[in-house]
Amino acid sequence: MAERIALVDYGAGNLRSVENALRAAGAESIAVTSDPADVRAADRVVLPGVGAFAACMGALSAIGGMVEAMEEAVLRAGRPFLGICVGMQLMADRGEEHGIHRGLGWIGGTVGRLEPTDPALKVPHMGWNDVVPVRPHAMIVPGEAYYLHSYAFAATDPADVLAITDHGGPVVAAIGRGNMVGAQFHPEKSQAYGLAFLARFLEWRP
Amino acid sequence: MSVRARVIPCLDVAGGRVVKGVNFVDLADAGDPVEQARVYDAAGADELCFLDITASHEERGTILDVVARTAAVCFMPLTVGGGVRSVEDGRALLLAGADKVAINSAAVARPALVADLAERFGSQCVVGAVDARRVAPGRWEVFTHGGRKPTGIDAVAHARELASRGAGELLVTSMDRDGTRDGYDLELIRIISDQVSIPVIASGGVGTLDHLVQGITEGHASAVLAASIFHFGQHSIAEAHAALRSAGLPVRS
Repeated sequence: MAERIALVDYGAGNLRSVENALRAAGAESIAVTSDPADVRAADRVVLPGVGAFAACMGALSAIGGMVEAMEEAVLRAGRPFLGICVGMQLMADRGEEHGIHRGLGWIGGTVGRLEPTDPALKVPHMGWNDVVPVRPHAMIVPGEAYYLHSYAFAATDPADVLAITDHGGPVVAAIGRGNMVGAQFHPEKSQAYGLAFLARFLEWRP
Repeated sequence: MSVRARVIPCLDVAGGRVVKGVNFVDLADAGDPVEQARVYDAAGADELCFLDITASHEERGTILDVVARTAAVCFMPLTVGGGVRSVEDGRALLLAGADKVAINSAAVARPALVADLAERFGSQCVVGAVDARRVAPGRWEVFTHGGRKPTGIDAVAHARELASRGAGELLVTSMDRDGTRDGYDLELIRIISDQVSIPVIASGGVGTLDHLVQGITEGHASAVLAASIFHFGQHSIAEAHAALRSAGLPVRS
């Protein structure tokens, strides 16, 4: 039987794009869901996200039992997890967008504003840029992906950084630990590179 | 390498059909924006822009269908503009699969709409569109209704206001140059690009590959938008990338 993918629906605007891309990458059974029971029953969990850190964390926390279900599936049952953009940032201890806010705290770190050293560099960091692997990982290969963000993950433990990119200095492109991976870039908008990334996630056996 | 200079083809859509678009003979339905989006996706366009020029409100639903069908087959960033008057209009487009929504006339009448959208969905999906005409040396005015209606608003000041209210990007179109193929109004693009910290898309007037290069090197834009040079087969996306690359700009491989 096809594996069940839970795509967590907490009102993120790009949900449909992520669903379409997962399907194109080979996922057969996707539950776009705000029901914690679906997340508990899933074989893999995907947390999308666009917008502001606090708004996303607030919307996710507002679904009764959802954070607990995610923690059960991901932290305790060890199901493969992918966070995308703000979904990746939410894995941090805290975010500094519009005040200081608590994140899920799954991977130690803070999400702070991008401050390129060169004032000619624009924020948001918007467009295609490199994915440069910094350690071997089944999910991460070098390439070009689409980024769209004004805040970035600063990991407490450098060993959690899987890939970086450059925007007036190194910027974390992907993080991961055990069965969890987070991508700052948007695989659902990164054409062939992004679909291949999602296909690797669907086959990943951490 | 740093973030790449973006090449963005723009399709004019009315009533769900392309009115100014690719002249590809081998398409099953050349008037279908989704077919054309697939062509640009395969050609390596960095993003795609739909401009909905539907005249009547009754036909608004057609753009939602076009966006949904495009998002199902194209895995590239999609900006949709034209006729977005409210948070609800923007929300409907985003839910259909648009990644960014461009706000034009409504942001002239009510700049707070930009802030409302940014607050609700994030700055990353709000593109502030500025249509401007040069009214005196070094002075541009915002025009609405396809460049016909003057507003008395200074275009550079308006651009700064949209940025300060939370737009994540600006789409700056010279209505003097639009359709002329004489090149961007580089002075306008540069003045705005240099005064805001968010990315600017140059628009209006592209007739050659050099114009695209100038948009970045002289206009200081982060992205270049063009319509007719791509649609009529004059140049491919690959040629546009090659021209930017040979000018020393970072582009996708």
